[in-house]
Formats: sequence, structure tokens, C-alpha cells
Amino acid sequence: MSFAYIAYILLWAMLHVCVFHRLGFSWPIAFVDSAINNGLLLALSLAMAMSLRYFSPSKRNVLMLIGWSITLAIVSAAVSNFCLLQIFDAETDYVALLHKAFLIRFCVSFLIIEWVVLFSWILNRMRARQEIDARKADVEKLLRDAELEGLRQQLQPHFLFNSLNSISALAGSKPEEARKMIQQLSDFLRGTLKKDDKQMLSLQEELKHLQLYLDIEKVRFGHRLNTAINADEQSLGLLIPPLLLQPLVENAIKFGLYDTIGEVTIQISSSVEGKNLRVTITNPFDAETAQPNQGTGFGLKSVQRRLSLLFFRNDLLKTESKENLYTTTVVIPQTI
Amino acid sequence: MIKTVIIDDEPLARSIVKEYLQNDKDIEVMQECGDGFEGVKAIMQHKPDIIFLDIQMPKITGFEMLELVDFPVSVIFTTAFDEYAIKAFEAHAIDYLLKPFSKERFDKALKKWKEQHTGAEPKQNTTALLENTHKQPEEQNRVVVKNGNNIKIIPVNDIHYIEAYDDYVKIFTKDGYSLKKKTMNYFEQSLNADQFVRVHRSYIVQVQQITKIEALEKDSHIALLKTGAKVPLSKTGYTKLKSVLGL
Repeated sequence: MSFAYIAYILLWAMLHVCVFHRLGFSWPIAFVDSAINNGLLLALSLAMAMSLRYFSPSKRNVLMLIGWSITLAIVSAAVSNFCLLQIFDAETDYVALLHKAFLIRFCVSFLIIEWVVLFSWILNRMRARQEIDARKADVEKLLRDAELEGLRQQLQPHFLFNSLNSISALAGSKPEEARKMIQQLSDFLRGTLKKDDKQMLSLQEELKHLQLYLDIEKVRFGHRLNTAINADEQSLGLLIPPLLLQPLVENAIKFGLYDTIGEVTIQISSSVEGKNLRVTITNPFDAETAQPNQGTGFGLKSVQRRLSLLFFRNDLLKTESKENLYTTTVVIPQTI
Repeated sequence: MIKTVIIDDEPLARSIVKEYLQNDKDIEVMQECGDGFEGVKAIMQHKPDIIFLDIQMPKITGFEMLELVDFPVSVIFTTAFDEYAIKAFEAHAIDYLLKPFSKERFDKALKKWKEQHTGAEPKQNTTALLENTHKQPEEQNRVVVKNGNNIKIIPVNDIHYIEAYDDYVKIFTKDGYSLKKKTMNYFEQSLNADQFVRVHRSYIVQVQQITKIEALEKDSHIALLKTGAKVPLSKTGYTKLKSVLGL
């Protein structure tokens, strides 16, 4: 509680003492009366404020709150009167006043408790409002980031520029191959652009698109890059969100090629698991020097997010590193 | 004759540089390398005047490879990443070619080098380049060292402690130590300050390695490491260590 609150309460209690002294009672009586009365009131108000922090009443609870305030006010007035009667039972004037002032005491207590209720209600409302606003801003920011990331992902600048560089190299020495690669790159980009995120595709179509990507990467990296696709016949007809595999494969290629020296084989295999489609992508890496966080690359994170948006599940993408092989497994629920 | 080495992991990317150099009678391509390890060897062997260097390559990056080369060599970066461009330019790389680049752009880079090297002044480019690339040290998570002919990548978590050694530092791991030509200040700035503490003018210690701090006499402490090694703590080092450990 802040200093201002304490000062305010003390001031109120002092005022109480002064008024009682003015009415002709001795300082000790005035002081004890104020202490017991206000102490009790303070305790009950605090209890009320505390409970309102955890329970925010709706409009329907208004009557109940008033009822509680009345009960607490009665308790406060009665208990303090009872205590004071015990302490000062010899002071006849004071005892008479206690009896007469009961109603007033009750009214004051009621007003104060009611004021605390109102005050904490307003405070709670304000706090809730602020929280909602902050959350809203967070959500908006997340959405914006996701959108930007999606765009960047779609463009894949590094892949694009490196591919263009390869084409530029081929254009001089092997124009036929350059032309072929331009064709592949165009087909790949066209495929990337027209895919609708909501429309699921068959695995076969997705693999066809992936093959375009792999062919381009093979031109870039030459004999260093080998791929082995091992698709279960039955799994080919199952559905998968478009362009889901490509970032995973890209990740595997980067990880495999940049973490080892020499030839690298990326294995892609698919199977039916229960009713679901299961795709695994494996790449070699060097367990001794691999960066601990390299696995959770940009590609994996965005796929994870996409999956959780589409299927409301966070357990569909798993990675595992065993000896010198890094395996990414993705399970696609077949909703229909 | 101007000697050059091309270092890039994509064969076609190397071939285009070679093609652009073809008609230049003054330039001879000594070797093409597909990764930084080969690159280091080729540079030591051929002592080239210029290298064309990619940044993202297998195992070690172009920047890490340069750290292993004691021989001063001019660098022209060739990469699709423009993130490092500003850094490299500030660091006086001869040039920074963004893939794909045209013949004109490439010739401009070469011309720049020739202009700088018409006189016989020493080539200090890499040294300056390296100092500057780490001017705002990013936190690094590995250190690349060369022991004789072996290149080793040390994840920073494996470093027990670092000791100053003339112009070098000794990096101690479970396999003994490796030398690297870097300053203590460089490591103090580029390693995570919560994990590595400069406890002495000549020592940086990984906090997790410390098992015990012993007082030798008043104001003089040593840290005992898991390996049994003892590292002296200076007065300020001791205070720093205590604050990192939350004592």
C-alpha cells in the first residue's frame, strides 16, 4: 500500500480521536475508540478489496455485494461496540454513547466499505482493460510479423539469388543448361505463388513441386548433393498443406551441406501411420561441431507455426539427432 | 603476375569468377576451393594477392577462414547475403560482390584492387578487415583454431579458460590448449558475459568450470577449476566473478 493511503487512514483516525475528545471524553477513551473502530474497519475493507481482486463481480452480483457490505458493516460496528463495552464498562457516559451511536457507526462503516468496493471495482476494470489492450497489441504484432515472415519465406531471397548466380554462370558456358534452369526456377516460383494455404494437396503433387526445388539445388551444389526420395505407394494420395515440405528440406540441405564436408545425401520418405501421413527428412551432420540451436532454424519455426494454426496441435513436428543423422519428422492429420 | 584463389562451395559460382578472369592476362587462378579448410591450405601454399571469398560455406564461414590465415591477402567477397556487406565495407574489404554480379561490376572490383596496389605498399587489408568485422562483436558460439595443419572448431561451451600468451591466447579445453592470434579484449567482448568472466588481466574463465574459490592471502584469490587447474583472480576480477555468481 502506498504512503498516501496510510497517511489518509491515519488522518481519518486522528480526526476520530479529536471529535471524541471534543465530545468530552478523556484522551485514552477517544484514542482506544478510534483505534478499535478504525482498525476493524480497515481490516474488513482490506479483506473486501483483496477478495475483489480475485473475483470480479458482474452486474448481477450487485445485490450480493451490497448484502455483504451490510453484513460486514454490522459486524464491524457490533464487534467494536462489544470490545469497547468490555474495556470501558465503568464509564457510564461513554457506555450510553456507544448504545446510541450504534446506528451511526453502522452507517459510516457501510459507506466506507461500499466506497472500497466501488474503488476496487473501478481499479479492476481499468486493469482488465489495460490487459486486454496489451494483449490485442501483442496479437496484432504477431500477425504482422507472421505476415512479413510469410512473404520473406515465399521469396526465399538467398535461394533465388544463388540460383540466379548459377544461371549467370551457365549462360556463358552452357546456355542450354541455363535455359533449362530458368525453366525449372520459373516453374518452381509459379508453383510457390499460386498455392492457396487452405487448400490441401496430395503428397504426390507436393513431391513434384519439391523435385523442382531439389533439381535446382543440385545444379547449384553439383555432385555434393544427393537426394533419395522413398515414398510409400499408399501415402502418395494422402493430403498435405502446400509447400510444407520445402522449408524442411531446405533446412536439411543447409544443415547437411554447411555442417559437413564431402557428399551429402538427403533422404525423404513418407508412410501411412494409422490414418495420418508421416514424412521424415534426414540429413547428416557433424555431432561434434554442430551448433546446438541450428536445428530450430527459421524454416522449422515457421512450419511449426503453420501446423499449429492449421491443426491446433504443437506435436506434429519433431526433430531428433542421433549419431550423425538429423531427422525431421512431420505428421499430417488427415482430417477428412 | 597477380595470383588469386577462388573459394566458394558452389562450383558454378566459382566458374563464373574464373570466366570473368579468363581474359585478364595479368591474373592467374592458382586454385579453386570448395570450403574454408582447402582455402586456408591454398592460401598458405600459393600466397595469392587476391582471394574471391564466399561467406557461407561448409564447416567454417569465410570470416572464420580469414582468421586462420596469417598471411596478408586482399579479399573480394562474393555472396548472396547482403547482411555482411556493411561490415565488410567498413572493414576495407577490397569489394563486396552481391550474387549474381555482372562482368562490369566484377571489373570495377578488380580495378579498385589494382588502383590500391600500383605502389609497392604492404597489403594490410585482412588484418584491418578482421579487426573491424568484430568491432561490434556478436556473441560467438564457436571459435575456429589451427593446430599445425589441423583446423579445429571449438564450441564455446567446451572452453575451460583462456590465458593471454604474448600476441596470442591459449584456449584451454579438455584436450589441452590451442593458440589463437587474438586479444583478451576481443574474447572478453565477444563471449557471453554471464558465462565467461575476465577474472584477471591474463585470464578469462568459464563460470561453470569453477568448483571453488580459495583465498591465498588477503586480497588474493585463486579459482579452482573442475580439471584441477588453478586460475589467479585479480582484485577487480574477484569482484566481477562474485557479482556474476550472485554472491
